[in-house]
Amino acid sequence: MRFDLQVIASWIEPDTRVLDLGCRTGSLLDHLRREKGTRGTGVEIDEEAAGEAIAKGLSVIHGDIYEEIEDYPDNAFDYVILSQTLQQVYDPATLIREMLRVGSRCIVSFPNFTHIRNRFQMFFTGRAPVSKELPYDWHDSPNIRVIPITDFRRFCAQLHVPIVKEVAISTHHHDTRGRVITFLPNLLATFGIFMLGQPGRRGERDRDG
Amino acid sequence: MSEYTDDLDTGPSVGLVEKQYHTFGSVAEPMALESGRSLGPVTLAYETCGTLNASRDNAILVCHALTGDSHVAGRYQEDDPKPGWWDIMVGPGKPLDTDRYFIICTNVIGGCMGSTGPASPDPATVPPDPATVPPDLATVPPDLATALTGARPYGMRFPVVTIGDMVRCQRRLVDHLGIDRLLAVIGGSVGGMQVLEWSVRYPERVVAALPLATTTKHSAQAIAFNEVARQAIMADPAWMGGDYYATGRPEHGLAVARMVGHITYLSDESMRHKFDRRLQDRGELSFDFEADFQVESYLRYQGNKFVSRFDANSFLYLTKAADYFNLENQHGGGSLVAAFARAKCRYLVISFTSDWLYPTYQSKAMVKAMKKNGLDVSFCEIEAPWGHDAFLLPNQRLEALICGFLDRVGGICATGGGNAL
Repeated sequence: MRFDLQVIASWIEPDTRVLDLGCRTGSLLDHLRREKGTRGTGVEIDEEAAGEAIAKGLSVIHGDIYEEIEDYPDNAFDYVILSQTLQQVYDPATLIREMLRVGSRCIVSFPNFTHIRNRFQMFFTGRAPVSKELPYDWHDSPNIRVIPITDFRRFCAQLHVPIVKEVAISTHHHDTRGRVITFLPNLLATFGIFMLGQPGRRGERDRDG
Repeated sequence: MSEYTDDLDTGPSVGLVEKQYHTFGSVAEPMALESGRSLGPVTLAYETCGTLNASRDNAILVCHALTGDSHVAGRYQEDDPKPGWWDIMVGPGKPLDTDRYFIICTNVIGGCMGSTGPASPDPATVPPDPATVPPDLATVPPDLATALTGARPYGMRFPVVTIGDMVRCQRRLVDHLGIDRLLAVIGGSVGGMQVLEWSVRYPERVVAALPLATTTKHSAQAIAFNEVARQAIMADPAWMGGDYYATGRPEHGLAVARMVGHITYLSDESMRHKFDRRLQDRGELSFDFEADFQVESYLRYQGNKFVSRFDANSFLYLTKAADYFNLENQHGGGSLVAAFARAKCRYLVISFTSDWLYPTYQSKAMVKAMKKNGLDVSFCEIEAPWGHDAFLLPNQRLEALICGFLDRVGGICATGGGNAL
């Protein structure tokens, strides 16, 4: 399992209800089901990936996350997860509000755009950065949002959404190993992972993950 | 229903199966139908494969589509040319694994393949009227046949039945077999309607439901095609108001009805792939009204083949039942969300991209209503070019989805887990 998913899994309490938006083949849900006894549901737009997840015996909806999240009742889940998808979301504020409507906590992970390699590339070559985490060219990229960890914190403040937990990690996109970055995360981390709480409610904040 | 499977190698077989009958009710104590009329006695033809386990919790009910029958898998005799209609799905090691599950398939009432339908003898016409030709006694079990010798077929005296009536009859059979809860109910098309009906009408008795390529209500377009098919039968002079059993069946009308049906089971792409504009057994256009094109020849062939196995009146009743089906009106006061409020089972909903008879938006509507009720639902729209027929064709994705889903609900059933999210 991807390292960022391992971090997310470590945040999930046992016997909870989890919604994984963009669950791919369901490896996180499958892991959580086995290790934490969670009752999980996934949403995945790719037929092959969704099919593979359902074939694993997971409860998964083949569809678009914006449409599918609308149908869940309020507070249907304890956690709503959006891993490595935020950078492809057209309207992040609406989606995150929806996530916090259907779940009490939401967990978001995304590639940190201001990682030092991206900065160097931009500075020295004068071109849009292409990295292992963001491997596309400007014209074929599904990643329509560039998200520095620092900006994501500001975004949460603007939404009045408390950050309950956050951790920055350095890993390769498909890598199953990585490490937590505590020193200058906005410069040195390849991914940021945040747990968000209900708007207007004070969450206890810690940075260990 | 698909005719593609004619030449398929369907893999390991359940072997020999036997058509069985269960009769309940009587003239004195008939079954009340949703139309307000009644029917009795009622016979269901059914077949089973696999073994019911000691705890009686491994039973899966398979619901056939419009013109299907109880012969879901295996053969009646070793030298039968074709196995049952879903032999690719039902058998040892197949998704509906007869080594693990006890598979039940019944012919619906209103049908003509052993269950009570318009071709069955009408008990109201006993004692025998010597002026009439006896009905097809093959449609009643032997013990009942004797009692009804000389009775005339119902014809249009047969009451209009609904999907709800069909399911209520199936429940009688499931009771008779001593099964409290079905592990799963599965079916495509009109069979999928029965699956949905089961899950909402008898929520305590279904652990999992798999409605495939189906809808909670026919669109105007689907009703329109059915009406054209019915009119083709009723416009055939041989139909005689449905009283044709002594005079000769409305073969042409029924064949045309089947041709209409076949068009709706295919897709633009599958027809282009299968026939395009290729000519049949000729190099040039005939400039007459022979079957020039392969597609014409195919439809004529399918129509004629159907006539030999199906009763025209049954076709009228079954299409009517499908048109009347409206889950939200019947069980939710017009609201699909309210209809599924009764449900407790887990769902696997499947649609196919090229199915324009029951398009994906109809499956999505039911998924939406299930989610709003907090039900455990999986959904997949399978990419397939073959139109509505796709659910009957070999499809690895479909098989994997059904396998994985049944594995999970089988495990839940064994551990007695809860129902919803």
